[in-house]
Amino acid sequence: GSQHFSELFCILSSEERHQLRSVSVDLNHDASLLIDIPDALCERDKVKFTVHTKTTLSSFQKPEFSVPRQHEDFIWLHDTLVETEDYAGLIIPPAPPKPDFESPREKMHKLGEGEATMTKDEYTKMKQELEAEYLAVFKKTVQVHEVFLQRLSSHPILSKDRNFQIFLEYDQDLTVRRKNAKEMFGGFFKNMVKTADEVLISGIKEVDDFFEQEKTFLLDYYSKIKDSTAKAEKMTRAHKNIADDYIHVSATLNTISADDSTKVEGRVASDQELKLTELLRYYMRDIQAAKDLLYRRARALADYENSNKALDKARLKSKDIPQAEEHQQHCLQKFDKLSESGKKELTSFKGRRVVAFRKNLIEMAELEIKHAKVSSTIQPPAAKGWVCSV
Amino acid sequence: MADTARDPPPESTDFQELEDGEDLFPEPAATQESGPASLPAEDISTNSNGPKQDSLFDDDPEDLFAEATEEVSLDSPERDVLLSDGPSPAITPITPPTSVITPRIGLAHDDMFTHSSFDEIEEEEGGDSFDIHIAVSDPEKVGDGMNAYMAYKVTTKTSLSLFKTDEFSVKRRFSDFLGLHSKLASKYLHIGYIVPPAPEKSIVGMTKVKVGKEDQSSNEFVEKRRSALERYLMRTVKHPILLKDPDVLQFLESSELPRAVSTQALSSAGLLRMVNKAADAVNKMTIKMNESDAWFEEKQQHFENLDVQLRKLHASVESLVCHRKELSVNTAQFAKSAAMLGNSEDHTALSRALSQLAEVEEKIDQLHQDQANADFYLFSELLGDYVRLITAVKGVFDHRMKTWQKWQDSQLLLQKKREAEAKLQFTNKPDKLQQAKDEIKEEIEELEGKVQQGERDFEQISKTIRKEVSRFEKERVKDFKTIIIKYLESLVQTQQQLIKYWEAFLPEAKAIS
Repeated sequence: GSQHFSELFCILSSEERHQLRSVSVDLNHDASLLIDIPDALCERDKVKFTVHTKTTLSSFQKPEFSVPRQHEDFIWLHDTLVETEDYAGLIIPPAPPKPDFESPREKMHKLGEGEATMTKDEYTKMKQELEAEYLAVFKKTVQVHEVFLQRLSSHPILSKDRNFQIFLEYDQDLTVRRKNAKEMFGGFFKNMVKTADEVLISGIKEVDDFFEQEKTFLLDYYSKIKDSTAKAEKMTRAHKNIADDYIHVSATLNTISADDSTKVEGRVASDQELKLTELLRYYMRDIQAAKDLLYRRARALADYENSNKALDKARLKSKDIPQAEEHQQHCLQKFDKLSESGKKELTSFKGRRVVAFRKNLIEMAELEIKHAKVSSTIQPPAAKGWVCSV
Repeated sequence: MADTARDPPPESTDFQELEDGEDLFPEPAATQESGPASLPAEDISTNSNGPKQDSLFDDDPEDLFAEATEEVSLDSPERDVLLSDGPSPAITPITPPTSVITPRIGLAHDDMFTHSSFDEIEEEEGGDSFDIHIAVSDPEKVGDGMNAYMAYKVTTKTSLSLFKTDEFSVKRRFSDFLGLHSKLASKYLHIGYIVPPAPEKSIVGMTKVKVGKEDQSSNEFVEKRRSALERYLMRTVKHPILLKDPDVLQFLESSELPRAVSTQALSSAGLLRMVNKAADAVNKMTIKMNESDAWFEEKQQHFENLDVQLRKLHASVESLVCHRKELSVNTAQFAKSAAMLGNSEDHTALSRALSQLAEVEEKIDQLHQDQANADFYLFSELLGDYVRLITAVKGVFDHRMKTWQKWQDSQLLLQKKREAEAKLQFTNKPDKLQQAKDEIKEEIEELEGKVQQGERDFEQISKTIRKEVSRFEKERVKDFKTIIIKYLESLVQTQQQLIKYWEAFLPEAKAIS
């Protein structure tokens, strides 16, 4: 149902919601612009986010307000930022991925089919697992959309973007605006960046040591983190399968030993792995964004080199020299600007990454310990016998 | 291994829990003496070679054992090997599959019949004094190629006076076990005793071993079999009647065992086929048994349900084992990947932490493997055993039906003969009359004897089954409880180990600056 999940979400304690915002560091601490997503509604796989803003900035009409937004609105915002020339030297925070309810949906389907073969107890537990999974996907998607906005609000330049403000404030449906934007830009830049030519990046003769190192590092790191993300996901999936098995096992066991005094409860906590997977996945995308920055700079360098060649040609032919000179200057300025801004961005990115990893690894280890402690208790025979949570 | 040096509990108190109390042990009752060994001679002989099924099933054109016999000889190349010469001097001890069985699996290896900490308390109350312990160990490959076979050491530790010494060992091969089972089955199944089924034959598994592939999977196979043989023997000797059977004693004690050549090696599959045939035969009977005793109907239904549930549980646990192995593989892969990521990382402290993470995951992978083994050896195999046991139980119920049928048939025949006798009065061949009269009188006498015997047999088998079922259920509950507790303990151990690993990792994560 649609109401269901937003209610579930609202019920979460404030501590739990705080824990959700852990992929990136605490971004939401500048009182001049505070953004969060306090509520979301899931209707048939379409998620409606409530974006809530609290601000002291005069550029906004009100000090506090909320608007409903869809996933597509976030993508629109991201794309306009990517396609803004002025931001070419910045790492644009990665766009949040589309809400993906595929896995729980499939599970629900299977559950419906298998209902006849299960005991009532089994079915109830499977349903609970399913609901938990829906909730987890839901929480994840809310978190990732929220972090996107918070990255923007905490960025000195991006937070001032006009479209960002519109996104936060505009109390009508953004769909119309989105359509116009598509027509304007045609997704040109975005496509170009998508095919972020690693050949181009690695092929360019680098003049700056810093960028040379960054390039080597980022290319290598990206492939490694991509691999780790995939492997972490496989671990999480295997754990889920085991959780399901335990439900069947404990249900059947209890049926058999109904009159005996052994009762087994199967409840496997598997969300500690989720943390690791989410961390890796987020930074994989973030590194892609950093790579995109390198790419844009490489393009600017290529343009600059081409403009040099053009100037030489013009001088040779003694034709159109002033235009060529101007073009060359323009390219050089652009390139310098990108390099300067890029250096700053990449440096702060490194710091951000290290802090986030630290936070997440600590939290993950603590969660693992907490769950293992809970799971490792066998209660002594009560009136009805043994009860153990596995 | 033997922690079963117990004093027999005081008779009166500790048998309270047993429904039938002393009935479990063969009492010098009216109709029989110290056990089926001395049941009416026409049915059973103690000749240990070959099943003596002829007398009881004489009138039965469908000799069920015959079917099983044919089937088995077709599908057991192993058996053909028996007929060849003795083992060649090449004896290859099999290295215990250390990758499969880690020290922790000492838990499973000590087998479910040793007691876990909680069980001690239960045992005291249950009052089971059971002072015999059997271990199957040291699998050794004897011979080479397709003639090779595995020899196992069977060690018995006991203080029962039934045996000549306290501790003794013999060497046995798989077909010996099958031979033992076949003898016991032929002697006891049809009179209502639940004879534990022998472990499954496996052509594929055995072939790998013969061919000399000493890899993980063939080691696992050998261990699986070893464990199964041990459980089989323990179950068999736990049965108070079977324990005293001369074939069992001979199996455990005598250094040389007559090769089970002519014995039909009844595999579980063969047994199942046999039982199914019995079931079919019973179903085909047009005469529906007039169940005067609701207990039997109720119990049969109970076992039908149990069968379904056990199979379901077994399937779920097998799925669990499979997924846990998958998790182990995935964890190992992730560990490698995390290590590479750590190498790639240019921030020193973070790089170190990632490497540590990789190490933790590697250790966790090992934990998963151990747990998967526990899943399997403790849980899955037990369930497999019980699925087969239930089949034997169902078979015993069917034998009761057959016994009843035989009794009814005799009665019907007697009736017919009496009618024929009456009709004889009106025959008009006076010279042959007396001869015919005498003949019929003889036949009638014989049939009357048969009817009486049939009734006795039916009553006896009913009585035996009641006892057996009660004993079986008690054992089953105990078995399950023991295993579940052991299994849960293994899970707890895993979790505690996990705590240790993550607690060691935590400071590493915190050290990232």
